[in-house]
Amino acid sequence: MNNYSYIALIPLLPLATFLMLGLFGRKYFKTFSGTIGTASLLASTVLSLYTAYNYFFIDGKVNGVFQKIIALKYTWLQFSPNVSIDMGIILDPISVMMIVVVTFVSLMVHIFSLGYMKGEERFATYYAFLSLFTFSMLGLVLSSNIFQIYMFWELVGVSSFLLIGYYFEKPSAVAAAKKAFIVTRFADLGFLIGILILAFYSGTLDFGVLIERLTSTQSSQYISITSASFLGASILTWGLTLVFIGGAGKSAMFPLHIWLPDAMEGPTPVSALIHAATMVVAGVYLVARLFPVFSIDVTALQIVTYVGAFSALLAAIIACTQTDIKRVLAYSTMSQIGYMMFALGVSKYGGENGLGYMASMFHLFTHAFFKSLLFLGAGAVIHLVHSNEMKDMGGLRKLMPITHITFLIACLAIAGIPPFAGFFSKEEILLAAYHSNYFVYGIAVFTSGLTAFYMFRLYYSIFWSREADVHDAHHGEGTFSMKLPLIILGVCALVAGFVPIASLITSDGAALETHVDIKFSALPVILAVLGIAMATFLYKTKSDRASNVAEGFGGLYTAAYKKFYIDEIYLFITKKIIFNLIGRPAAWIDKNIVDGFMNLLATTTGKISELIKGFQSGKVQNYALYFFGGILGLAVLFIYLWK
Amino acid sequence: MNEISITQILFVSTALFFIGMYGLFTRRNMITMLMAIELILNSVNINFVAFNKYLYPGKLDGVFFTIFVITIAAAEAAVAIAIIINLYRSHHSIDVDDASELKY
Repeated sequence: MNNYSYIALIPLLPLATFLMLGLFGRKYFKTFSGTIGTASLLASTVLSLYTAYNYFFIDGKVNGVFQKIIALKYTWLQFSPNVSIDMGIILDPISVMMIVVVTFVSLMVHIFSLGYMKGEERFATYYAFLSLFTFSMLGLVLSSNIFQIYMFWELVGVSSFLLIGYYFEKPSAVAAAKKAFIVTRFADLGFLIGILILAFYSGTLDFGVLIERLTSTQSSQYISITSASFLGASILTWGLTLVFIGGAGKSAMFPLHIWLPDAMEGPTPVSALIHAATMVVAGVYLVARLFPVFSIDVTALQIVTYVGAFSALLAAIIACTQTDIKRVLAYSTMSQIGYMMFALGVSKYGGENGLGYMASMFHLFTHAFFKSLLFLGAGAVIHLVHSNEMKDMGGLRKLMPITHITFLIACLAIAGIPPFAGFFSKEEILLAAYHSNYFVYGIAVFTSGLTAFYMFRLYYSIFWSREADVHDAHHGEGTFSMKLPLIILGVCALVAGFVPIASLITSDGAALETHVDIKFSALPVILAVLGIAMATFLYKTKSDRASNVAEGFGGLYTAAYKKFYIDEIYLFITKKIIFNLIGRPAAWIDKNIVDGFMNLLATTTGKISELIKGFQSGKVQNYALYFFGGILGLAVLFIYLWK
Repeated sequence: MNEISITQILFVSTALFFIGMYGLFTRRNMITMLMAIELILNSVNINFVAFNKYLYPGKLDGVFFTIFVITIAAAEAAVAIAIIINLYRSHHSIDVDDASELKY
C-alpha cells in the first residue's frame, strides 16, 4: 500500500493560503491574491486527482472490495485511556470522490472569480474566505471521527456566513448571512446532541469503530442503544434523527431550508461553490458516512426518505414561480439534494439493495458539475446585466454564445435528458425508489418533470424571450478566466454520467452491476421532454400565455410565489410566539429580577456609604479624635468589661 | 522636706497629658498642635521617671526610655516642622483646617 500521508497537504494548502491572504493579502498582494489562491488550489486539485487515481485504480481494493484506509491518525485530546479525540484522515470511496469534487469545483470557482470579482475592494479577503471554506470542506470530508467532522462542520458554517455576508454594506446580505448562520447553527444543535448520544452508547468517536459496534447485533453497545427508548422510539432512532437534523440544516431540507434562497445574496461564484456543489451536500455526505448505522434503523431512514422527497417536490414547485434567477437555482439545488436524500433513505446496505446509496453519491457527483455550471453561467449573466431579475434579461444568446451553450448543456443535464450527466444519476435514483417505495417514486418522477419545466423556463427567460437591448452589450461576455470554467464544467456535465461510479462507490465497497433499461427510462425522459416543451410554449417568445397559466393556477401560484409562506410562518413563530412567550418574560426577569438584585446591592451599599462618609472629613483633628476615642473605648473594654 | 508621693507626680503628668490632648484637639495652628504633642510626650516621660524611681529604684530602664522618647521627639519635631513648611508653601497657611482636601 502507498503511503498516503501527503493527503494532509490537500486541506493544508488552502489553509496556508487563507492565513497568508487573510493576514497579509490586502497589504502586499492586492492584485495577485487571486492568482496565489488559484495556484495553491490547483496543487490541491492535482493531489486529489492523484489520490483518487491511486485509491480507485491501484490499491484501494482488497478482494474486489474497497477498503477504508486511515491515512493519518493523531491523538489530539486524551481524556482517559479509552476515550480520546483524534484527528485523522479517512480514505474511502465517498471521501475520495468528495475531495475530487470539492477541489475541482472550488478550482473552477477560483478561476471564474478572477474575472468576476476583478476590481473588488476586498479582493484578497474574498480569496482568503474562499480558501478557508475549501479548507473546512476538505477537512469535513476527510474527517475520520465524528467529533472532528463536527468541528469542520462548524467551520464550514462560519466560512459560509462570511461569504454570504461578503457585501456587508448591503443590509439584505447581512440579514441573509445571519439567517443562514442561525438556522444552520440551530440544526447543528441537533447534530451535537446526536453525536453525544451515539458516542455515549458506542463508547467511541471514531467512525470505523462506531459503525462496527453499532451494526453488529451481538455487541453490547448495539443491545443497549436499541433497548433504551425515549418517547416511544429507540435511542438509536433518536440519535440518528438528531444527526440527520444537523444534516438537514446544512443541506437545506424542509423545514430548515429557509436560509438557502436568502444565501444568494453572496457573490455568485460563492453560491456556485457553497450553495450548490459542496456545502449543501454535506448533509448528504454525513448520512452517507453513517449509512451502515442508518441502514439498520428503519424509522430514521424513513424520516430521511420523506423529508428528502417532500423537500424535492416543494422546492421544485416554488422554483417554477420565482423570478430571481439565483433563487430559481437555489430552489433547484434544494430539490436535487432532496433527491440525494431520499435515494439514501430508500437504500439498504450492501449488494443490489445498496443501489440507492450508489445512486445518491452518483447524483451528488454529477450535480456538483452541472449545478456549479448553472450558477457560474448565471454569474456571467448577472455580470453583464447587473440584475438578478428575469425581466431584465432576455435574448442574451447572441451576446454570450459560450454561456448560452454551456447553460443549455447544464439545463439538459439537470432535466435528465440522455446522454447528459443528470440522466444517468437520476435514472439510478428513480430505479432505487421504484424498487422500494411507489409513493416516493411517484413524487420523484413528477418532480423530475417539474425540474425540466422550471430549468427551461429559466433558460428561455434569460436567453430568448425577447430581443436583446443594444446597451446590454457594453462589455461583452467577460474575460477568458470566466469562460474557461464554463467550458470545462460544460464538458464535465456532458461526460460525468459515463464515469463508472457504480463500480467505485457502493454501500459495501463491492462493485455493483447497473444497466440502463430503456423501458424504465422512457417515462421520466418523456416527462422531462414534456416539461421542456411546455416551457418552450410558454416562455420562448414573450406572450401572455405564461401569466394566463399562472392565473389559472390561482391560489397555488401565489402560494408558491410566496414560497408557501414558510418564511412568514417562521417569523410568526419566532416573533409572535417565541419572542412574546419566552423572550420577553426572560428579558423581564433579567431586567427586573437579576439586574434588580444587583441594583439593590449597589444602592444599599451606596446609601450606607452616604451615611458614614461624613467621618472622612479631611480634618486631621477629627481623625485624631476618633483615634483616641477608639483607644479609650478599647481601654475601657479591656480593663473593665473583658474579665 | 516632705517626701513627694508618686500620686502627686502622677497628678502632674495626667494634668500635662490632658492639657496636651486639649491643645491637640482645639488648636488649629499646627505649630501649637506640635507643642501640644510635646506636652503629651513629656507627661509620658514624667511617668517613666516616676515609676522608675518608686518601683525599681536600683534600675535605669525607665530613664533610658525617657532619653529614647526625647530623641524620638526631637526627630519628630524636625519632620513635623518640615511638613509644616511644605504645607505653608502650598496652602499659604498653617491652619490644619485649610488642608482638608483628603476627604470623601
